[in-house]
Amino acid sequence: MCKDCGCGKDQPHAHEAAHETGQRTVAVRKAVLSKNDQLAERNRAGFAAKGLLVVNVLSSPGSGKTTFLERMATDLRGRVRFGVIVGDLATDLDAERLRKCDVPAVQICTGSTCHLDAEMVAAAMAKLPLDDLDVLVIENVGNLVCPASYDLGEHVRVVLISVTEGEDKPLKYPVIFKTAHVVVVNKMDIAMSAGFDRETALSNIRRVASQGRILEVSARTGQGMDGWYEYLEGYRQRNPT
Amino acid sequence: MHEVSLMQETLAIALARAAEERAQRIHRITMRVGPLSGAVPEALEFAFDVVAHGTIAEGARFEIEPTSIICYCPKCALEFTPADLFCECPRCKEPSADVRCGRELELVSLEVS
Repeated sequence: MCKDCGCGKDQPHAHEAAHETGQRTVAVRKAVLSKNDQLAERNRAGFAAKGLLVVNVLSSPGSGKTTFLERMATDLRGRVRFGVIVGDLATDLDAERLRKCDVPAVQICTGSTCHLDAEMVAAAMAKLPLDDLDVLVIENVGNLVCPASYDLGEHVRVVLISVTEGEDKPLKYPVIFKTAHVVVVNKMDIAMSAGFDRETALSNIRRVASQGRILEVSARTGQGMDGWYEYLEGYRQRNPT
Repeated sequence: MHEVSLMQETLAIALARAAEERAQRIHRITMRVGPLSGAVPEALEFAFDVVAHGTIAEGARFEIEPTSIICYCPKCALEFTPADLFCECPRCKEPSADVRCGRELELVSLEVS
């Protein structure tokens, strides 16, 4: 095939004729993620119909997303009914951990895909008893880049970092931090031994995510988690379903 | 590296549009990619070559129209183009939480025949 015009000829040849046949410009002006965005809106409408508050949790691998959810399960037992959709490239280890805490959890194994999209969430939510839930938490694939671009239909987006990741993380990944409603700094219980420079970290977060609420917690010890529960409760009161 | 997924979406939109136009060939694809879109132009271009292989867009010229970030500072009542991704107001130096442009990721146009 000719590389220049894509015709069937193998030998190089003149292309004036191809141009005369009328190459023309066609306007498209369509968002690349428009299909995902439409599905996300559909998810959001579905969540609204069930009176569900939906939270998308994003972080690097190992920041403590699942531990954060386990802590929620322990603290909110009997007060808030919540379920989890969790994404990883492989295994259902995280969903297993959450089921042990009596949280209905569905694992999405993305294979090689580095993020969750609205379609995967739509398929997973059908497997959860949504009518029996108040809050649905989506634990995204551990990655501070790709998940930022995909609206899943959530109401609240939480970006979580931990004290061992370095104070400059927000500066290195500004795009995802700019989409956060809440930035959670996790593992505060080991901040001292990790040599965590709290002031610098908070100032860096404010620099890239001035729109977001900052919460300092330890999901392991439970320190600071009340601030998160108050945020959730406040959100539900401001947006009654 | 979600650029492959993004280019698969882009190509699907392009091929559907080309089919509407009864086009036999896509010669050029033009996208608009904002600095806050989360996509890297070079990675998109690389992904395009991969996903377009064997389609009527194979070998098409791939162009990106760069766009700027536009933010608003409510304190200074000022719309501005920041120098970097931190979006600090040039007057009061406060980071802006109101990003009005810069997240776009669009297929703008095609050249077909």
